[in-house]
Amino acid sequence: MEEIPVSYYLVLSAILFACGVTGFLIKRNIITIFMSIELMLNGVNLSFVAFAARWHNLSGQVFVFFVMVVAAAEAAVGLAIIIAVFRTRETLNIDQVNLLKL
Amino acid sequence: MTLAFQTMNAIPHGPDYVSILPEIVLSIFGLIIMMLDPVMDERRSQRTLGGVALIGGILAMAATIFQGHYLSHTGVASLAAFWNMVQIDAFSIFFHFVVAAVTILVILASYEYMEVQQIRAGEYYGLLLFGAVGMDLMSSAVELVLIFVALEISSIATYILAGFRRRSAISAESSVKYFLLGSFATSFFLYGVALMFGATGSTSISTIGEALSQFELGHGPMLAYVGVALMFVGLGFKVAAAPFHIWTPDVYEGAPSPVVAFMSTAPKAAVFAVLLRIMFQGHVPGRVWLIWVVAALSMTIGNIAALVQDNVKRLLAYSSIAHAGYLLVAFAVWPSADAKNGIAAAMFYTASYAVMNVGAFAVVGHFASQGERYVTIEDYAGLGKRSPVLAAVFTTFLLSLIGIPAFGGFFAKFYVFSAALQQNLVGLVIIGVINSAIAAYYYLRIIVVMYMREPREEIPVAPIPVGLGFALGLSLAATIYLGVLPNRVLEYASRSVELLR
Repeated sequence: MEEIPVSYYLVLSAILFACGVTGFLIKRNIITIFMSIELMLNGVNLSFVAFAARWHNLSGQVFVFFVMVVAAAEAAVGLAIIIAVFRTRETLNIDQVNLLKL
Repeated sequence: MTLAFQTMNAIPHGPDYVSILPEIVLSIFGLIIMMLDPVMDERRSQRTLGGVALIGGILAMAATIFQGHYLSHTGVASLAAFWNMVQIDAFSIFFHFVVAAVTILVILASYEYMEVQQIRAGEYYGLLLFGAVGMDLMSSAVELVLIFVALEISSIATYILAGFRRRSAISAESSVKYFLLGSFATSFFLYGVALMFGATGSTSISTIGEALSQFELGHGPMLAYVGVALMFVGLGFKVAAAPFHIWTPDVYEGAPSPVVAFMSTAPKAAVFAVLLRIMFQGHVPGRVWLIWVVAALSMTIGNIAALVQDNVKRLLAYSSIAHAGYLLVAFAVWPSADAKNGIAAAMFYTASYAVMNVGAFAVVGHFASQGERYVTIEDYAGLGKRSPVLAAVFTTFLLSLIGIPAFGGFFAKFYVFSAALQQNLVGLVIIGVINSAIAAYYYLRIIVVMYMREPREEIPVAPIPVGLGFALGLSLAATIYLGVLPNRVLEYASRSVELLR
């Protein structure tokens, strides 16, 4: 069976990252925006794993664990902050969270 | 498949712990605060926990000084530990010192602020110390994934701190904005790290440097360029350099003032340390014009937007964008052979900016009083008569931010611009000097309002309490010290750059 080239994984990870960036920029719900960030991080994880295979270096896979742990910590804090915003504003639409303006 | 960790000794030994001593001290004190907080009476806990945090900060500074003595005692220039992930040298000790100093000043400035704002103090001081752990680790890390973890430790702590006035809608809003844009930026940084790893097969900065030094400048692997650019975007967000500065004014306006004092100085210093290490030690294929553009944009956008602000916190936020621009001028000096003047200038700049900005925000936090009500420039009218001391101290910090001689801000700018001139970056220096002139207008406007304008309403000014008094006194002393006797600090910075090679 032929092996799948590393570049395929890299392209997929770039696409995932780009989807995350796009979602961050166009979505209006804070939770969805936050999910887009997670998507970006997972895109990065995929390229870490792909490069680990490319270099035959296991540390690339270990980094993914670090990233997952950090992302989990970030999610815990982030959701708490989002709840704090919801309590004061009763909305999660980023366009209505606009007391501070340029 | 080779496993990189196989050959290494699996157990850390003595010197390893010396290399993270300030981090250990800060973590322990952070944990003590978190454990004391729930068992203490809520009304009395504030002062006790503030005291514990202060001891932690002072001990972290002592630990930093001990690291310096340890290095000179053993006679080595740098101490690599934890399998070359952490490196202690004069460079990282300098930044440890800045972070510890800022932490101490902010704890002192928050001491009474928390009571006035009726904020529960426990987690606040804990998070300050944990954030400082991340910043210390950032300045001594020489491995990109550790830098990422440290960056997140410091960022997550500051996300929470920004929203600490929980009942206030603008504080929560500033927190969520900071959180979303900050994590967005961190993802870019991380993607850059992944691409760097892909280009060189390593995330250790020195290994990356070796791998990239085989190539002539400008002919390295494409992946490395993209990786550096992405890392620069991520770090640019964190230091609030234009065009990645959009979050800064909103976050600084909504966050509690002592927190702004903290997050506009200590994490910035640490991120600049990371940038210096990546560019300098990693021989990373930097692009001078990229930094040139970012520096020029930051200075111009920051200063011009600051001209039209009425809110003092927002004004200082734009001023902090401009100052990030001045600092980046020093970075544009890279990669010439004698870039060391530029790096020493950048280090001096972070230190002097840290002390004067902490001082300025401490004054703003005190004057704003309960609920941060008085924050517009108009509110400061007549402050010169009602509280001459507070007004005089604030004036000093503002003059230093302008860059008037005899204060730290002057030499900071002077060294940065002269380092850039040595490299014939005349255009950038001209932009910088014009910007300094523009900046003088809005800082002086506050001073004029304080002394010349009659107040429209009587705003009560509380007498300066003890903790704040110490914070203001210390930062004032440091600002004047750096402005009158800058040699010692600058010499230390140049020497540490020498050792970095």
